Amino acid sequence: MSKFAGTPRRVVVVDGCRTPFCRSGTAFNDLSTYDLGRMAVAGLVQRTRVDPAAVDLLVMGTVIADPRTSNLGREVVLGTQLPRSCPAYTVSVACVSSLQAFLDCARAIETGAAEVAIAAGAETLSDAPIRFRRPVRERLIASQRVRGLLGRARLLKGLKLRDLLPEPVALAEFSTGEIMGANCERLAKRLGIPREEQDRYALASHHRAARATEQGVLGRQIVPVRVPPKYAAVARDNGVRGDSTLERLAALRPAFDRRFGTVTAGNSSYLTDGGAAVLLTSEEAARRLGLEPLAALRGSAVAALDPLEELLLGPALTLPRALDAASCELDEVEVVELHEAFAAQVLAVLKLLADDGFCRERLGRDRAVGTVDRERLNAWGGSLSVGHPFGATGARLITTCCHRLHVERARLGAVAACAAGAVGIGLVFERL
Amino acid sequence: MGSIRLEIRADGVAVVTLDHPEKSVNTLSPELVREFEAIASPLLDDPAVRAIVVASAKPDTFIAGADLEVIEGLTAAEISAMSRDGNALLERIATHAKPVVAAVHGAALGGGLEVALACHYILASDDPATVLGQPEVQLGLLPAGGATQRLVERVGVTGALPLLLTGKRVRARKARRLGIVDALTTPGGIVETACRAALALADGSLRRSKKKLSLLDRVARHAPLRGVVLKKAREQVRRQTRGLYPAPPAILDCVETGLRRGRRAGLARESGYFGPLAVGPVSRSLVWMFHAMGEAKKPLQDGEPRPVRRLGVVGAGFMGSGVASVSLGLSPVVVRDVAEEALAAAARSIDEGLRKQVRSEAIPRIEADRRRSWLELTTEVADLAGADLVVEAVFEDLDLKRRVLAEAEEVIAPSAVFASNTSALPISDIAAAARHPERVLGMHYFSPVPKMPLLEIVVSRRTAPWATATAHALGRAQGKTPIVVRDGPGFYTTRILAPYLNEAILVLEEGGRVEDIDAALKDFGFPVGPVALIDEVGIDVGAHVSRDLGAAFADRGHVSSDALLRLSEAGFAGRKNRRGFYEYPAAKRKGPKRVNKGVYRFFGGSARRAIDPSTVRDRLALLMVNEAARCLEEGVISSPRDGDLGAVLGLGFPPLRGGPFHHVDSFGPAILVDRMEELAARHGPRFQPASLLVEMAERGTRFYPARPS
Repeated sequence: MSKFAGTPRRVVVVDGCRTPFCRSGTAFNDLSTYDLGRMAVAGLVQRTRVDPAAVDLLVMGTVIADPRTSNLGREVVLGTQLPRSCPAYTVSVACVSSLQAFLDCARAIETGAAEVAIAAGAETLSDAPIRFRRPVRERLIASQRVRGLLGRARLLKGLKLRDLLPEPVALAEFSTGEIMGANCERLAKRLGIPREEQDRYALASHHRAARATEQGVLGRQIVPVRVPPKYAAVARDNGVRGDSTLERLAALRPAFDRRFGTVTAGNSSYLTDGGAAVLLTSEEAARRLGLEPLAALRGSAVAALDPLEELLLGPALTLPRALDAASCELDEVEVVELHEAFAAQVLAVLKLLADDGFCRERLGRDRAVGTVDRERLNAWGGSLSVGHPFGATGARLITTCCHRLHVERARLGAVAACAAGAVGIGLVFERL
Repeated sequence: MGSIRLEIRADGVAVVTLDHPEKSVNTLSPELVREFEAIASPLLDDPAVRAIVVASAKPDTFIAGADLEVIEGLTAAEISAMSRDGNALLERIATHAKPVVAAVHGAALGGGLEVALACHYILASDDPATVLGQPEVQLGLLPAGGATQRLVERVGVTGALPLLLTGKRVRARKARRLGIVDALTTPGGIVETACRAALALADGSLRRSKKKLSLLDRVARHAPLRGVVLKKAREQVRRQTRGLYPAPPAILDCVETGLRRGRRAGLARESGYFGPLAVGPVSRSLVWMFHAMGEAKKPLQDGEPRPVRRLGVVGAGFMGSGVASVSLGLSPVVVRDVAEEALAAAARSIDEGLRKQVRSEAIPRIEADRRRSWLELTTEVADLAGADLVVEAVFEDLDLKRRVLAEAEEVIAPSAVFASNTSALPISDIAAAARHPERVLGMHYFSPVPKMPLLEIVVSRRTAPWATATAHALGRAQGKTPIVVRDGPGFYTTRILAPYLNEAILVLEEGGRVEDIDAALKDFGFPVGPVALIDEVGIDVGAHVSRDLGAAFADRGHVSSDALLRLSEAGFAGRKNRRGFYEYPAAKRKGPKRVNKGVYRFFGGSARRAIDPSTVRDRLALLMVNEAARCLEEGVISSPRDGDLGAVLGLGFPPLRGGPFHHVDSFGPAILVDRMEELAARHGPRFQPASLLVEMAERGTRFYPARPS
């Protein structure tokens, strides 16, 4: 039996921050996931001025594990101001990894297992681990057992020249063999999401991110990063295209179905490097430590769906369920932060939330959840424009949601994201 | 109570554990040698003992070296005899058939390393605390426990000479690579591992694999190449010490004797040199410095230091980044500058410092990252909030410094200290408009901060003791040797430097040559000549200081030259803009720096003449000494000790002379006063001796108690 038997403690978000998000292969080319993670966490500790010794849990999300830092979270604890005594682990739930990290921390705080926690995430796609092909790996491992020159020579038998080429990084869904872009095509076709609507959505995302950057509201969540050899502060996301136009987007060729497709590089999220972190505590601990929290966690939901036909539809289930958990309705929520893997995917989710049939069948409601007000949705841009370092996106969504609650003087905010494996997480926050 | 514990284990290994009953570290002394002799000698001949392990019970030292206090009262002959006794014992161990293993965790320095070298096998812990070296030369001594022989045998001439001649320390892994250490292990259980090694050596299953010496080292052991290698080393020593330090040639002689005539002859040489060196003036001065630095690092009597949990640094220039660098292991450091480029440069220099420390194994890689996470670079004053101490290192401009102080006072607590890293501006002027003048003081660091050991803490009349104590504690934590001085024009170090540099300029104006002036003072023992020093600190800085201090002391007949100011206005800033008294070509050239003859037009034209070097030396050095005496007289410094430390550690006053006050003592004030009066008659009243010196000359007193001769 669990020793927890009391009323759950209220979880509050003190603040969040992130490194700038940069297109892979650009400013952060030489940084590892560990570097991006520790920079985000160190920046969070610095700006919240939390006593690092008070932090008693860190959970870190990442997707493409660097074999050198398989428990990334713990390495980040050891490489920052946090006390060595702070337990830490690493979760990998595709693009909701740091939302899962947040939920794990929240659960620990609710039960009293932790009081002050950091949920973080980091990803670099500039240096994804690349493997040898199986025939080479097989022989490399066998070579540790083999003795003598002859034995080693024998190992080379049957090895073909092309086996020496490295294996392409696996992007396809393991269960279905389909890569995510192709699956998004499948979804766009099934639900009839037109190309132009996708391009318009993507364009708006870039324009909103550019405006939020200019207004400085995004800057508040960014900790500048200084990278050798110049050490000049990198303080802005570099993938936002404020000057993009509909014509330019329309000119792009579909990326996954060259002839009949609608999903292009322009209306999909791009490969990004970055780290993000959120400080969350029990309400009591925040008071004791003199921290001023931004928001309280009101409700959460986790769902898993069909990996072929519903791969990207997580938010269609988790957003309404998180609202249920928070006992509120969609129209009360003034701040909505949805992960934008693809424009088509966001539009599909919005379509289904407004669809009586879907909501009856999959949510057991008597009618549709409702229409999401586009003005309330991703007002500062989203993954399409700001970028999408897989492991860090969840922490960015939470940070943006909490910051928007204050800037917009709103009361309730919701966060939802989909992930490979057809998993989704939804969260509802209330401003404090 | 003895300092040695003996345990004879069931497996036949005798473990000899050094554990001084009172001190926190083990040091070598004649008593220890006697005790060791009494305990270890029987073990060597005891058939029941199969092998011996020598270890330390102290947490982070094996043996820290010889006990310097023991030597103090002894004659040269007695000191040499001590070395002979020690060498006899170590040679007996080294040549005995019974395996002896040294289990080295922590510092094994000087005699400590020599004990290990006499053992048959050295097992060291791979731990940052484990450092090995022969630092004797830094104290004007030579290793007199066999290192000039056994270190050469272990690592070869080319490997051993740098260690013996510079006294540099190496960590365990480097020592393993060099061949000083035979094997590495983890610190926990090192004695047990050493016992296993000892047994394996005893039964022949383990043999010490001698380091393969390089071809150069192999041939260097025999004539004629031996002569060539040693000759080169001698030349280098002569170039670097200018013949002022007797220890390095003595070390080379011991090494050569060993190579030519065998170890016993070499050991005898060591002992022969040891006594005379130890009682000689150079070693006496260096040993005194060593002790004085230790004393200066003790907490102050007055004032309760407040903890510094967050340090603010304003100004991200070279000094500011240096202060941040030496503080990162202590607390969060927030560095504020208005210029983003300055912050980027600071980030680079701090990061490079951390990388260097990782490379030298001073800190592990992860610790470097931890320290990076303590560093906050900002353009916002508001980020200084919460700092318990703020050091400003902005440009030397009174109004700017006052503004920085006013801005900081807006955000820091009344209990926080504000320190100015000024080298000359009076603290009371900076604090004139402060809301809380009691927490304003000077923390004068020297450049480059990570390297220079001195911190001059400047207190005004209004500075509170707690503030001084806080700055003092921080300085010690940063690894600095602090001296506390009173506020006034130039404080102590800049004040005594100014007339010295000014005199160099006057000699130039009289037609002297740049290289001659620098050579005269380098022959006196200054590591850098005065003119080269002006290039280093910056001609602009020198001009400002000289003008300000010249004005303050004009009534004493101080003749100040405006040549520096004109030079600075003509665009000469020294090394930093590669336009100075010397040439600084973009591509490094071999050989000594070349004088930039173009500067002579600021000093009366290109016609130059020879000026008697001893006169140049006396004019410059005695002005510095005289000014130091005035500082003591006026209470700017509170003791000759602080004055000597400040001059040697901050300005490079010849360490072998032990500082200006020791210099007075070594000649006697009467001789110096006479010389100064002579100079005053010829060159003007600025050479008028300080009344303190005149009085001392009349009474025949000294600054320090006389040393036993």
